[in-house]
Amino acid sequence: METIAKQGARVQLQLNGRVREGFAEPRTQLCDFLRHELGATGVHVGCEHGVCGACTVQVDGKSVRSCLMLAVQAQDSRVDTVESLAEGELMSDLQLAFRRNHALQCGFCTAGILMSCAEFLGREPDPTESQVRDMLSGHLCRCTGYTGIVRAVLEVANERKSKNGEK
Amino acid sequence: MKPASFDYVRPTRKAEVLELLSEYGQDARIIAGGQSLMAVLNMRMTQPKLLIDINRVEELHFIEERKNCLAVGAGVPQVELLSWPRISETVPLLALAMPWIGHFQTRNRGTVCGSVAHADPSAELPLCLKTLGGEVVLESRSGSRTVTAEAFFQGILTTDRRPDELLTEVRFPLCKPGTEYRFNEVAMRHGDFAIVSLAAVIGAGTIRLGIGGVADRPVTRDFEPGQDLSAALNETAWSLDAQDDVQATAAYRRQLVRDLGRRLIEEGH
Amino acid sequence: MTVDQSVAFDAPTRRIGDRVERVEDEALLRGLGRYGDDASIPPGTLYAAVVRSPHAHARIQSLNVEKALEIQGVHEVLTGEDVARWAAPFAVGVRQPMEHWCLAVDKVRYAGEPVCVVIADNRYLAEDGADAIEVSYEVLPVAVDPEIAAEDSAPVLHEAVGSNIVNERNFNYGDPDLAFEQAAHQVSLKVKYPRSSCTPMECYVVVAHYQSASGTYDVLSNFQGPYALHSVMARALKVPGNRLRLRTPPDSGGSFGIKQGVFPYIVMMGLASRKVGAPVKWVEDRLEHLQGASSATNRVTHIEAAVESDGRVTALRYDQMDDCGAYLRAPEPATFYRMHGNLSGAYGIRHLKVRNRVVLTNKTPTGLNRGFGGPQVYFALERLMQRIAVELDLDPLEVIRRNLIPADQFPYQAPAGALLDSGDYPGAVERAVAEGGLDELLERRNQARAEGRIYGIGYAAVVEPSISNMGYITTAMTADERRKAGPKNGAVSTATINVGPLGDVSVHISSTPQGQGHQTVVAQVVAEVLGIDFDSIRVNVELDTQKDAWSIASGNYSSRFAGAVAGTVYRAAVAIRDRIAKVAAEQLGVDVEAVRFANGKVFAPERDPIAFHRVVGAAHWAPGTLPEHEGGALRETAFWTPPELTAPSEDDRVNSSLCYGFIFDYCGVEIDPVTGECRLDRYVTMHDAGRLLNPALVDGQVRGAFAQGLGAALMEEFAYGRDGSFLSGTLADYLIPTAPEVVEPVILHMETPSPFTPLGAKGAGEGNNMSTPVCIANAVADALGHADIQLPLTPSKVRGLIGIEEPPAPEHLKREVEAPSIEGGSALHASDSVEVPASPQEIFDSLLDPAVLAAIIPGCHQLVLDGENRYRADVTVGVGLIKARFQALVQLSDLEPPNALCLSGSGSSPMGSAEGRAQIRLTPIEEGRTRLDYQYDAAVGGKIASVGARMLQGASRVIIGQIFSRLSQQMQGETAPTGTWSRFKLWLRRLLGKGGAA
Repeated sequence: METIAKQGARVQLQLNGRVREGFAEPRTQLCDFLRHELGATGVHVGCEHGVCGACTVQVDGKSVRSCLMLAVQAQDSRVDTVESLAEGELMSDLQLAFRRNHALQCGFCTAGILMSCAEFLGREPDPTESQVRDMLSGHLCRCTGYTGIVRAVLEVANERKSKNGEK
Repeated sequence: MKPASFDYVRPTRKAEVLELLSEYGQDARIIAGGQSLMAVLNMRMTQPKLLIDINRVEELHFIEERKNCLAVGAGVPQVELLSWPRISETVPLLALAMPWIGHFQTRNRGTVCGSVAHADPSAELPLCLKTLGGEVVLESRSGSRTVTAEAFFQGILTTDRRPDELLTEVRFPLCKPGTEYRFNEVAMRHGDFAIVSLAAVIGAGTIRLGIGGVADRPVTRDFEPGQDLSAALNETAWSLDAQDDVQATAAYRRQLVRDLGRRLIEEGH
Repeated sequence: MTVDQSVAFDAPTRRIGDRVERVEDEALLRGLGRYGDDASIPPGTLYAAVVRSPHAHARIQSLNVEKALEIQGVHEVLTGEDVARWAAPFAVGVRQPMEHWCLAVDKVRYAGEPVCVVIADNRYLAEDGADAIEVSYEVLPVAVDPEIAAEDSAPVLHEAVGSNIVNERNFNYGDPDLAFEQAAHQVSLKVKYPRSSCTPMECYVVVAHYQSASGTYDVLSNFQGPYALHSVMARALKVPGNRLRLRTPPDSGGSFGIKQGVFPYIVMMGLASRKVGAPVKWVEDRLEHLQGASSATNRVTHIEAAVESDGRVTALRYDQMDDCGAYLRAPEPATFYRMHGNLSGAYGIRHLKVRNRVVLTNKTPTGLNRGFGGPQVYFALERLMQRIAVELDLDPLEVIRRNLIPADQFPYQAPAGALLDSGDYPGAVERAVAEGGLDELLERRNQARAEGRIYGIGYAAVVEPSISNMGYITTAMTADERRKAGPKNGAVSTATINVGPLGDVSVHISSTPQGQGHQTVVAQVVAEVLGIDFDSIRVNVELDTQKDAWSIASGNYSSRFAGAVAGTVYRAAVAIRDRIAKVAAEQLGVDVEAVRFANGKVFAPERDPIAFHRVVGAAHWAPGTLPEHEGGALRETAFWTPPELTAPSEDDRVNSSLCYGFIFDYCGVEIDPVTGECRLDRYVTMHDAGRLLNPALVDGQVRGAFAQGLGAALMEEFAYGRDGSFLSGTLADYLIPTAPEVVEPVILHMETPSPFTPLGAKGAGEGNNMSTPVCIANAVADALGHADIQLPLTPSKVRGLIGIEEPPAPEHLKREVEAPSIEGGSALHASDSVEVPASPQEIFDSLLDPAVLAAIIPGCHQLVLDGENRYRADVTVGVGLIKARFQALVQLSDLEPPNALCLSGSGSSPMGSAEGRAQIRLTPIEEGRTRLDYQYDAAVGGKIASVGARMLQGASRVIIGQIFSRLSQQMQGETAPTGTWSRFKLWLRRLLGKGGAA
């Protein structure tokens, strides 16, 4: 049984493939820990009550709200943020499709949306538009009206399908 | 919007959790998925001294198909139950209702038992549990008791759980042959709190309608085939003490209970 | 349909007019954006939390910061006293004796108004400190509904003004009275436009550093302009403009006008930094944002038309009332005057009568919000056009057509002063009808109606103004007052281009973009003019008021980018190109007129081209070789103000904007007869925004504005209780459309270039915020045949419009008191009863016994006598996991022993305030038993009301019910449910003295 008193402790986790450590009080939100302690400022905080989806990250491969999780709960977990999506300096197919389809304007919600889309496409290689919209319902975007986002996700699914077909 | 401070403990055994609950009672809060609790903590609308994280208690992490029920442990996230391979055969109502719970990102972390323990009158899982006539298991250091959903849900966010008890599992009765299950919901947006949610269990000679989002807890009514359904639904609608709020009027909620209830029972949607 | 709906970028040339992929995107997609909260901050920066009023209207009696300062890590508290000492109230465009300070100094006038600022090591500690601040308030009556607030009997927010109406202006253009007299028909309508906001996903951020040596406030904030507010802030801080250094971060998480409203916080945090002697950072949270940031102005309009029998409108009368909230915050009352010149819309109406009244209410101050002023005007005007069709039995589209300004009349001088620059409104309508498939939609309506389904079609024709005249706001003053104040007009845009020693081109603009892609479009323009590679150009959009070129018109508002800013970039690029051409002409040995720029080279006929970087290199490396008058070091700053933006005339005509685009929308809506849900069958939107600089980005603007318009039409509203409490404090209460709710609009374009902007472009970013709400409302009106349509059209409201004919409640379920509708209210009223096993006298006596009282009040930790039948109590109240600790006053009054009494309580906590009053009647029913009937009113304010509106009634019921069930148990001699009761009772008896308070 592990106890962390309110004064806080070091928390270690694997962030985007690297083992990282920082200080957190029990009450420290995971999003704050990732941003301010570990420097993953790609994680955006939009509501702190789990509705807007901007702070979505993957914890052990699952998309979750990092405002609805405590840093101490992520001890020893694998946490992936939007910073993990590109391969080095090359953007992923998903990121490129977002750019091609004008799927972002201010980009604030985008960081979370990309993480949900990445998990979703891994699970649903051939989604319908209504499945994509359903998946996106956990995110608020104020700029785009969602059209470009939906198209980008469908386009990536198609690209991956035809690529896999070639193999 | 940051929580007030608290101590945090992460037990690995159920006995440790019960020990802590017996010591701290009201001053402790269980966190499992945290999808309701964290928002409330962030807003400082609850300020526990101790937060007990049960996510690493392996013995609470189970989905078991038993003789009469599907038992789901307190460590099971909603996504696991929804994607459990036999969910449609064993408890089809859950397969229908669970996609309405929040969004996949919150189902990834929110737990089945957590939602039941929170007892939001608009939530889908309490409605399913109540409509199916399920049970919850409450354990404390001094023992364990099984409580029917009927007795468990006592009002808005209010249950029969005592401060020293942990809701360790919920039990959904298994699907009965020849019985049909239906679910529908009206909310402002996809994934929002239900304005009215309805679950129906239609068997040979029995019709049960469960209603969420209207009264201070999920409510069920049994109808008989051949009964004057309009009159019965009207009585049901008026009996729930519907309230006006910012999103919907009481009259609207009653109307949905009547019209949507009839449509769900007679037309299946 | 043959509409091209592609959003993908296609063009390889990346010049003006191409669908160019955005240069902004890679950083944003890789999580490398630099938003306000990402900026590096000085070492030792402290964090702020703002303590806000739970009351909509109250006098501050005392403020105690001691307990907060005792917390380790809490350093200072900035209070209204500090503010009064160091600062001044904000300047307003209307001359009235009312003061708006960045912190409340005497009274609070809206729920959420800042009262003090706690400064601590981090935000968590700052919030701990905020919870420990003790404020006592004398609660005052509220004015919430603008129509009631305008009455003489209403509580007045600013006593010195003497009324809540702080500005009234009347205008007459042409001869409206005569036109009404002569009209065959008069059609009138009253509409209300609700409060909503485009709510950017990123909230406000301010990092303020007071540098005491130079007396400079150095502030980084995601402010969006207009920079006229820089002067307002500097004056409030009592420093010259050069002592307020305001910087913006490179990226912004959206604004839509809302980030104009950060300006009071810039002043507040500047003062906080001064107080604590260290840099202070404040990141607004979502609850703060929703309740206290800003809002569109809600409006009540009576609109009337004088109409000929064929549907032609000859005159309009507007009687408009804007509810600007608790303070008239600059640039209000601009919501009125931004649209003033073009109040006659897309129509050739020559006579106009206008009455504008600004009323203040106990609500959050209003401000810029995408579409600014447009949604309010067009909701009235286009609803009226639909009503004209209904009342005259004409086709609504025909009524629109008959009134449109003919294509040959541009530029067209509208009666209130707008100079509509260009357009072909009838042409646009006909193209939209043909290309959007109106016939098919009409057929679908016929079919739906034949099948008994509820289906309607709505239209909206809208003129979309862009590039505001900085002088339009002075229309709120009389011509006399304007004369005294001096003329205000114009709008200066800036752009700077620098060509570096390696031939690298950088551009700076002061448009503080909020995600629209200005960098991309600027690079397109410069690439075209200089003939260089698009990728080689860097565009800097950060703004630093101490280093960059800017003007009071700088910023991101009134859709000024495409027409004004990109146009100014073009002029700067041309200026620098002309200088380079002279250098090249000398190098090439040709006349300057022969020099051409393309593909990164400089050409002239029969000469070998020279690389661009070599030509410009001379200006840096070999200035001695330059032609006469060329000073070297290639940098050009262009300033541009359009001459058409003149000050309001003596007779109150104002060209409120430079450009006027045109939008024609129509849509089909089907309504679910059971649930009342509106489903958009198709939405067609035709835009003429002049020349399109990057059509993909324009489509993006249209889609975004459409989604916001759809939200405003169907779900978004800032709800207030009758007591002024704010009820939409979370994004689960304030509902924004998500992907499943947004359909895809059919977007059509035509391009009638503006003659007044350098590139012929007009603004396009706000049109659908203006057209979509009313277009959908018109479709619902058409479907249901109703005149009175109020937004948002929630399922519940629409189902109510269809008509709910309820079968009566069965006898045994009839209730004596039906809870009143709390439409936007947190005030609860209900009744219940319990049976108590005691006589009325016993019960009555028990209630007067403090020990019993302490026992029956749930969660009562302490009860101390404070006067006759008056107690101070420390109470933890809650339901489920939600709990709050209140310092409460409990009182028993209206004693009629043994039949009746009144139990009331009020309390406050960091979570908000609560007040309850229960009228108790005791009726003996049988031997030793009594029926206790209670009727209660309860009101909850502050944070609890904002975030828990959905639960309030249920929770109040539970808590009040607990009091009486505990009483019943108490009278039975049972112990209260808490196990510690007996111990507590003993302790209480000791405290109070047996049987009562000593």
